[in-house]
Amino acid sequence: MLLGRMTKTALLGGVASALIGGAATAENTVEWGAARDIVSMDPYSYGDSYTINVLNHIYEGLVRYNEDLELESALATSWEVTSPTVWRFKLREGVTFHNGNPFNADDVIASLDRVTAETSPLKGNLPAYKSATKVDDYTVDIEMNGTYPLLLNDLTNILIFDKEWLIEHNTEKPTDVGGGVEGYATFNANGTGPFVLESRTPEAQTIMSANENWWDEPEHNVDRIEFRPITSSATRVAAMLSGEINFIESAPVQDLNRLEAAQNVEVLERTDLRTVMLGLNRRETLVDGDENPMNNLKVRQAMQMAIDQDLIQEKVMRGKSRSAGALVAPSIPGYTEDLDALVDVDVDRAKELLAEAGYPDGFDFLFVCTNESYVNEEQLCQAIASMWSRIGLEPKLDIGPTAKQTPKRANAGADVYTIGWATLPMLDAYSILVQMLHTKEDNAGVFNWGGWSYPELDKLTQAAAGEMDREKRLGLETEALKIAKDEIIMIPLHQQPMAWAVSDEFEQFPQFPDGKPRLWHVEMK
Amino acid sequence: MLAFIIKRLFNAVLVMLSVTFLAFLIFRFVGDPVDQMLNEQATQEQRDTLRDSLGLSDPFLVQFSKFALNAAQGDFGISFRNQQDVLTMIGERFPATFELVIVATLISLFVGLPLGVITAIKRRSWYAETMQFTSIIGISLPSFVVGIGLILVFSVWLGWFPAFGRGETVDLGWWSTGLLTPSGRMAIVLPALSLSLFQITLVMRLVRAEMLEVLRSDFIKFARARGVPSRIIHFSHALRNCLMPVVTMTAMQIGSLIAFALVTETVFQWPGMGLLFIQAVTFVDVPIMAAYLCIVAFIFVFLNAVVDMTYAVIDPRLRGSER
Repeated sequence: MLLGRMTKTALLGGVASALIGGAATAENTVEWGAARDIVSMDPYSYGDSYTINVLNHIYEGLVRYNEDLELESALATSWEVTSPTVWRFKLREGVTFHNGNPFNADDVIASLDRVTAETSPLKGNLPAYKSATKVDDYTVDIEMNGTYPLLLNDLTNILIFDKEWLIEHNTEKPTDVGGGVEGYATFNANGTGPFVLESRTPEAQTIMSANENWWDEPEHNVDRIEFRPITSSATRVAAMLSGEINFIESAPVQDLNRLEAAQNVEVLERTDLRTVMLGLNRRETLVDGDENPMNNLKVRQAMQMAIDQDLIQEKVMRGKSRSAGALVAPSIPGYTEDLDALVDVDVDRAKELLAEAGYPDGFDFLFVCTNESYVNEEQLCQAIASMWSRIGLEPKLDIGPTAKQTPKRANAGADVYTIGWATLPMLDAYSILVQMLHTKEDNAGVFNWGGWSYPELDKLTQAAAGEMDREKRLGLETEALKIAKDEIIMIPLHQQPMAWAVSDEFEQFPQFPDGKPRLWHVEMK
Repeated sequence: MLAFIIKRLFNAVLVMLSVTFLAFLIFRFVGDPVDQMLNEQATQEQRDTLRDSLGLSDPFLVQFSKFALNAAQGDFGISFRNQQDVLTMIGERFPATFELVIVATLISLFVGLPLGVITAIKRRSWYAETMQFTSIIGISLPSFVVGIGLILVFSVWLGWFPAFGRGETVDLGWWSTGLLTPSGRMAIVLPALSLSLFQITLVMRLVRAEMLEVLRSDFIKFARARGVPSRIIHFSHALRNCLMPVVTMTAMQIGSLIAFALVTETVFQWPGMGLLFIQAVTFVDVPIMAAYLCIVAFIFVFLNAVVDMTYAVIDPRLRGSER
């Protein structure tokens, strides 16, 4: 009787799983359970590197990163700097878009025009761009506003459209949300990339199949990608365990042991490029109107000395993070080991420093954190707050969703705040120097939320912006980062962990340091 | 009667206007969409330009009246994040939510009604007591816990049902349905069950209370005295007298289910309106949030108005005010 019932259950289960898995046949399918949906099929629609990364399977740029994050040729085969401000690109011949149209210089120009149009949210991705001209069908000149060494890095994120397709569908300009009109490219895609868009149902699935006519020799043997967003992390892990999906690119830290324990599931871990750090208010007064003690270097030293990074690494991050002394991760150009030296924890010395600075009893200040921007951020902030209270400081914690906290952080509503910086999409220390550490003026220092100003650092940053010699430029950047470290402009904490889970159907699944899945390197069994 | 209807409609418009107004008041505190629309490298100038072009720097009342005027003409603008027409986006997701709610309602009736009758007629038995007790758990468990529990048991351990999504869908005109494909039917089971759990206990408790009331009434005593079999008394005479409030409540609850399906939808990645709303909140996608709240308010107002009008038709006393 019991046996009979069990067989029946097993049979039912078998039937059900056959029904669920009906779509997966002999084809090699990556069933990608993503933490969130992409916002659009149009790579120029929203300043969102995640969307651009997923769309990179369909669209390609002139250059791309290889597995070691070195630049390599993609739609452009070679490039040279012909005058200080002009770059000449030779384009790859014989490439076709998914609709069969040939790729040539007109497409590059149309794409650059589109991405730098007045209403384009991605305009900032090509900060120094001036104009582009066609030399012949397979040669393009790109002119910059001044000498600018990082054009290639920027171009990895400028995905190329087909001009004829843009014109045919009347979408040569990016969608203007303020104007309230939809664009054709929001729902459709036509690139040159390794995968072709088959269908898309927002919030449910985006299906891509391998491009038979891809110009590159495919390393992968994937026939099909089924991209399915599953926002609830518990559901995502459950779906991975039940085998409905075979790849998740954001496995929650607290579930890693569970996933590791499961048969057929492998967890791939490494640390992210994103460095999480604390920013400090450097205006005359604190948010509550008191005089700001944090303008005193001794106070900043005391605050840094009180934070036990090892303890955070071990307890809050469960041993998965990498404690940081520098503001950029080791693989970012501009990093040196000297910059990365950690500060020793010394509670007594910190108290002394506070006393020397004239605050023997500490002071209170507003500590603004979000609850979902970074891994285990709430616990992280609570831990830091209690470490600070050990030396007599009185941080008042204010934790909330990012959308709510960002205006406070950006508009002088925070004394201490968390911020993470990965230098994406540029992948160079210049990104953090110009965007965060530089004095807030003109277009620089957008993320200088504390209001500091170090003219010497600004000078070095500007010099780096115009230095075409790589070694010299990195030297200048390192020097600027050294100022930031000595003056404790920011307090670096760690590079957070990044964990993927894949099923045992995969032979090879490279995990890139920038955390972006590039499935054209994936091999299945 | 006409005056009554006009009055109801006027009230409805007023309610919707106040809902939108309140919604707009809240939006000022959810944050700044521009920060997420542009990436890390955008300059301050680009940020300001975008904010202006979206009309976010306008004074509050200007923003609100612009929205209300456009909304009155059926134009809710386009989503900041997805850059699609908001009404189309909500329209595409409505069928998913509606099917989920209808299936959940049917489950709650098919399970809740018999359970209610049984707990009423056998109210001293151990199983009726147990059911009463269990129903408290059903009411008090938050639905995301129920959802995760169901996924754990039926997807991860047993592997019977998918943990997320809607399966394959078939388009019938503008309505996309998952009920016509095997994978769609498998996919709806867990979310519908999770959504209906609260509803089941509600129906069960309501039926039980009504049944106890009716069973004490004279016509039941008379029927017993005539020797009518108790099965017929319970399920035919008594139950039929309980159904009126159950039907009213179920109809009214459809509105709440549509509104509160968002938790279930998030847990099961059910591509409905609630999921859309939750994601709009994280991205401060104001047009979507505003339109969603308007539409949910409309559903509530509409259901209420229909119920009120039906009552007015049935009960002449409610029409008194026109004289």
